[in-house]
Amino acid sequence: NAGFFSSLNGLWSSYLDTTPKNLKLLDSLQLFLMLTGIAQFVYCLTITNYPFNAFLGGFSATVGQFVLTASLRSQVNPANKEVFPTISPERAFADFVFGSLILHFFVYNYLG
Amino acid sequence: MVNYAYQPPGYSAATSATMSAFLRTIILCLIAAAAMASREFAVVRFESIIHEFDPWFNFRATRVLAKDGFYEFWNWFDPTAWYPLGRVVGGTLYPGLMVTSGLIWKALHTLSIPVDIREVCVQLAPLFSGLTAFATYLFAREVGNGASKEATGLWAALFIGIAPGYISRSVAGSYDNEAIAIFILMSTFYLWLKAVKTGSVAWGGVTALFYFYMVAAWGGYAFITNMLPLHVFVLLCMGRYTSRLYVAYSSFYAIGTLASMQVPFVGFLPLLTSEHMSSLGVFGLLQIVAFVQLVRSHIPAKQFKVLLRAALAVGALLAFGALWFMTKSGKIAPWTGRFYSLWDTGYARIHLPLVSSVSEHQPTAWPSFYFDLQFLVYLFPAGVYICFRELRDEHVFVIIYSVLASYFAGVMVRLMLTLTPVVCVSGAVAISSIFETYLDPVVPEPPTPVGAIVADTPISDAEALSTPSSKKGKKAASSGTSSPTPRKKRSFVPGIFGLDSRVAPLLAFTMMAGLFVLHCTWVTSTAYSSPSVVLASRNQDGSQNIIDDFREAYYWLRQNTKEDAKIMSWWDYGYQIAGFADRTTLVDNNTWNNTHIAMVGKTMSVSEEVAYPILRQHDVDYVLVIFGGLLGFSGDDINKFLWMVRISEGIWPEEVSEQKYFTSRGEYKVDGDATETMKNSLMYKMSYYRFAELYGGGPAQDRVRQQIIPNTPIQLDTLEEAFTSENWIVRIYAVKKEDPLGRDHKSANAFANGKRKKRVKTAGKKKRSSA
Repeated sequence: NAGFFSSLNGLWSSYLDTTPKNLKLLDSLQLFLMLTGIAQFVYCLTITNYPFNAFLGGFSATVGQFVLTASLRSQVNPANKEVFPTISPERAFADFVFGSLILHFFVYNYLG
Repeated sequence: MVNYAYQPPGYSAATSATMSAFLRTIILCLIAAAAMASREFAVVRFESIIHEFDPWFNFRATRVLAKDGFYEFWNWFDPTAWYPLGRVVGGTLYPGLMVTSGLIWKALHTLSIPVDIREVCVQLAPLFSGLTAFATYLFAREVGNGASKEATGLWAALFIGIAPGYISRSVAGSYDNEAIAIFILMSTFYLWLKAVKTGSVAWGGVTALFYFYMVAAWGGYAFITNMLPLHVFVLLCMGRYTSRLYVAYSSFYAIGTLASMQVPFVGFLPLLTSEHMSSLGVFGLLQIVAFVQLVRSHIPAKQFKVLLRAALAVGALLAFGALWFMTKSGKIAPWTGRFYSLWDTGYARIHLPLVSSVSEHQPTAWPSFYFDLQFLVYLFPAGVYICFRELRDEHVFVIIYSVLASYFAGVMVRLMLTLTPVVCVSGAVAISSIFETYLDPVVPEPPTPVGAIVADTPISDAEALSTPSSKKGKKAASSGTSSPTPRKKRSFVPGIFGLDSRVAPLLAFTMMAGLFVLHCTWVTSTAYSSPSVVLASRNQDGSQNIIDDFREAYYWLRQNTKEDAKIMSWWDYGYQIAGFADRTTLVDNNTWNNTHIAMVGKTMSVSEEVAYPILRQHDVDYVLVIFGGLLGFSGDDINKFLWMVRISEGIWPEEVSEQKYFTSRGEYKVDGDATETMKNSLMYKMSYYRFAELYGGGPAQDRVRQQIIPNTPIQLDTLEEAFTSENWIVRIYAVKKEDPLGRDHKSANAFANGKRKKRVKTAGKKKRSSA
């Protein structure tokens, strides 16, 4: 219905107007990760899940990286400054690197 | 001007901060020392050996790790367990314990401290209990209120250090998974609270790493897997969502789940079983909530409502539909029996005799709560109440933990272990708030004419003591918020005025804490510090008499049998035989194959003629039974016999029937009234073989069952007695080979004994004619 689509339109324009550039960059990374994950999932469903651990490794790499990026996004978002009183943007980035390193260590170990 | 009941020491803020840091360090070190020392009773009294049954397997695995290295251990296939089948050890154990002690052993050797691996294994639990005290200190410090944070932490560390509920599973020599698991549990919970408070990926990642360690160490990791999402879910329902919560949980789940799947024993379980679905569901829910929050920040409320309604309907439908479909279609396994029996408490008794045959899977009685926790039992609810009054995020966690763990500890004795930490923490919250209240030297101000009630806000940090002005400010603030008393004329001021009203409760609680220490030491010393391998009894003059029959028999096996001899015994003794005697066993304490255990149970409970082919089919060389009738050792095989019957009845109901082992009046008897089935069973014959001879014609008294064993000699045809230990506790029988002349054993035996009956001849003739 019309109300629904006009709200969607409002959402989109508001996003374009108010979001800082660096957050948009992070969002495009998240979009890319999401597409990668969906591609893997569709492959698994339609063709084969045979090396199941390889699928899980790849898929959880995208999911994990997605949530880590989302975490970074909310930590560096200026609107969230009072939610994260102890975390500066630089600290948030270091945390992001640390989390991604652990994640990828486990992913590579799991691909087998 | 503030009135003092007693003069607080007038140190400067810096001095008192230094002093409290110094005292804190000293106290923590002393607590760790007390925790380790109180676990050494068994080592000091007896010797430094591994206790119980399960630890023997852990010890054997650790020896393999130390001797052959990590990769050998990881790929270890043990052909000497579960004899015809063997056991893939690397894929069927939680390697955390072995790797931990292997690393400690390696580190000590690198430092040129050549310690035997056995000593490392024996002392691992005391060492880790010291670390548990420290982890609990950190955890309780996060939970504690305001100025009494440090005090709460120290009290909790003291309680967990000596509480018998935890000591029972972690004395020196108890080399079991729980020894390190509680330390990891408390560390994980502490890190989780840190992650929720700060909302940092680093803390979330470290939580995931400790979760990984926990998964590698103990099957009870499912408790964490369900605790953390439940905490998040309750916070969501309370409307306490923040981005911090999202960051903490998402980073924990994404890394932790992938990490947990690296343990071969766990494998794909986190995706396929119902126990792990709550964490996945909360992960999904949190993504949706976060996305909705983001959308909400971008558009006005009215448009948001439209979007939210559409999204909620679609999302809920999809999630429930997917979960329902996956469970129904069998993609996600339902609850495993062991977990399910926690909810449906009658389930195990009916469907899983093997699970309910273990004594620690029984419900807990009231006295054991008091026995294990003493005055913490009644401080515990008070602490939970105090948590409710403040109700920060971490208090919600403690409350959920208390409720869940109390339920589980009520259902199963062994889960007392997971209850103990939270009891210690909330007991510490309660007692530290009492001490804080009554140590506060500030006397309430005289009643103001308005009659506003001055609430009692006790703050007794060293800092607060030295700077009374800040105290005054706090007091004023709190009196502003409190409601005026209805009886204005009396102008009643609640508060503590005199020195006596402070001293009395302080003395009382100090005394109770002292009694707690006495109780814990007494319980540890009398109840939880006895190695099950040696039995100790006291003579009348107080000197100690040690019964060492188990090791006597195991060493006989080790030294007097062929190296590839197969020993059949009930599964309880499988690990000990493999550890002490170094021989092949048919079943052991890792009860992964029910049918194999039922086969052993059947062999024990049927007659000789039926049992012998089974024994030969499985290449059994020796059969080992535990018999306590001479000494009054009640944990013997005759008392476990009914479980053998039940377990084998589950598989072969037409061959073994529990009813036949009871007398016509429904009694379980071993004397003259015993049924024929009972008397002919292999277990009965092996246990009481030549027992009556001991009494030389007098009444043969079984001192466990308090029954008289009939004098008629028991004839064993297919087995021969190979070894009986000094006090007849362990009896070992060798299985005879087939008769060289092709006769059956019964007739061969009869022939050897010179009983020339007709039966022998006919049997011989038959044989000839058939040949």
